[in-house]
Amino acid sequence: MSSETYFYHALRINQDACSGCMHCMKACPTQAIRMRKGKAILLANRCIDCGECYIACPHRAIYVNHDDFDTIFKYDHRIALVPTVFINQFRENISTQTIYESILDSGFTEVFEVETMIDFLLEETRQYIDQHSENKPLISVFCPAIVRLIQVKFPALTENIVLLKTPMSLAAMYCRKKFEQQQIDQSKVGIFYISPCAAKIAATKTPVGQDITGVDGVINMDFMYNHVLRKIKEEHRVSSGYKQISKMSSIGSIYPSSGGEKINMKGRCLAIDGIKNAVEFLEKVENDELSDVDYLEMRACDQSCTGGILVSGNRFLTTERIRNRTNKIRQQETEGIRKTFNIEPEIATYLQEHIALDAILPRSMMKLDEDRSVAMKKMTLINELMQQLPGVDCGICGAPTCQALAEDIAKVDAALVDCVFWQTNLESNGNMTSKERVETFRKIWGKKASEKA
Amino acid sequence: MHYEYNVATGDFTNAGYASSQVKKFLKQLNIDATIIKRVVVALYEAEVNIVAQAYKGNIYVDIDEDKIRVLLKDEGPGIPDINLAMTEGFSTASPKVREMGFGAGMGFPNINRNADILNVKSIVGVGTEVEIIVKFSN
Repeated sequence: MSSETYFYHALRINQDACSGCMHCMKACPTQAIRMRKGKAILLANRCIDCGECYIACPHRAIYVNHDDFDTIFKYDHRIALVPTVFINQFRENISTQTIYESILDSGFTEVFEVETMIDFLLEETRQYIDQHSENKPLISVFCPAIVRLIQVKFPALTENIVLLKTPMSLAAMYCRKKFEQQQIDQSKVGIFYISPCAAKIAATKTPVGQDITGVDGVINMDFMYNHVLRKIKEEHRVSSGYKQISKMSSIGSIYPSSGGEKINMKGRCLAIDGIKNAVEFLEKVENDELSDVDYLEMRACDQSCTGGILVSGNRFLTTERIRNRTNKIRQQETEGIRKTFNIEPEIATYLQEHIALDAILPRSMMKLDEDRSVAMKKMTLINELMQQLPGVDCGICGAPTCQALAEDIAKVDAALVDCVFWQTNLESNGNMTSKERVETFRKIWGKKASEKA
Repeated sequence: MHYEYNVATGDFTNAGYASSQVKKFLKQLNIDATIIKRVVVALYEAEVNIVAQAYKGNIYVDIDEDKIRVLLKDEGPGIPDINLAMTEGFSTASPKVREMGFGAGMGFPNINRNADILNVKSIVGVGTEVEIIVKFSN
């Protein structure tokens, strides 16, 4: 496998729990999983942290690595950046204030709503679209799994990604600036994002198009959900006394649901959710089959962030609550009784000056070699191998398809004898001993699995 | 390297199979993205022409280190005047079809714009042969 690793991955495989059932390998949209010694392994440069493997795994062997919660206590000022998907997992009779107070009771000193940055960001995005009409359709940078998908599978489309920081980054920058104004030592400020997915965790560890995100750590949303739910259910709950009220606007509130970005963008915009839908649509964009589309809101998860793998609530119910809550906020705005958050002009100027991302570079997983003549030779070999492989995509060789095995062989990451059909042929022709066959099998399936039968 | 594809005429749902396969190969060969786009746009347009117009069609793709050559052969009505077909805006489609956004007369001009070499041979009532060549270096 390739020695150079581009990405940090939040998705991990617990080797003890993995049964080698191949569900994840078959589900992966970038063919980033192989079987070795009876366990699934991740190919780091192909994985985009979309979480399809996590959903497919029947043994809960795939987990999302996050920061130890206690690291928040290294800081005097502990800020939880909370996306609105979090609060909308809870029933509507549980108030936003109660939820925020429970987060504060866990040890944070402040809750900051990520979506308070949305009104500002959307305005910046609209201006960006006007200034970059040559790269249409422009693609939202919000979902890090989509950004990585484009980098590895649609390298030509990296130019279409909007090069502006995400709401999470802006929220972190805003909080830092506020503390700076109060002349508080930045080393005493810890900013933690409550993440609905693995991709956002990966994006904070190895950001794309920027050196740092300003976030000090990430806490899995399901961890926080359990904590808050437990707190709410405590009959004699002792509150820390911190108070926090919601200030986001209706535009911010609707943003994380599918279509929530699109409806506030101008021009012809489409909202696409689900990784398979995104792949299908990006093929069309790449083929130049679309004309006159200005902007694509694209999310790897079905139903956008409400379908994130770390979101405990049901995605449809969460989406419904987002809509209901947004309507309530809009009503309050119309009646003039809501104090909506406004970025102070001085900080807005600062954010405007720092909102641009550096170029997002292609990281093609498709190319067989940098050198075209070497790539040609490998491709010829792949074609020859495809004539010799059975084409049943059984996965017993440890690769998801015969084509993937052929490509692995061309990259010298696998061998033709890994194919079980070939082993049978070679053995029946006397060209492979039973012992050699057992050894080959164990390389892929380990000792335990090969002794079971 | 040589690849061959059958084109299912009349099946618009599956039009574009050859161009998406070719796109994958060119990505694997690390060909420049703008060149890939030109190949795909030209090939897709020519492929859809067969789906829409012909009775039967085949695509033959040859890739070497310097270029890609695609030959699209069909059995179909043929083109009476190739020069006219190359003219932007010329179309044999009825006004009704054009109203629906098809047959804008941009097919061959679009292929021509994206190909380095385009050769079209046609016999009316027999069929058409379209040869598209795109070089990998400028």
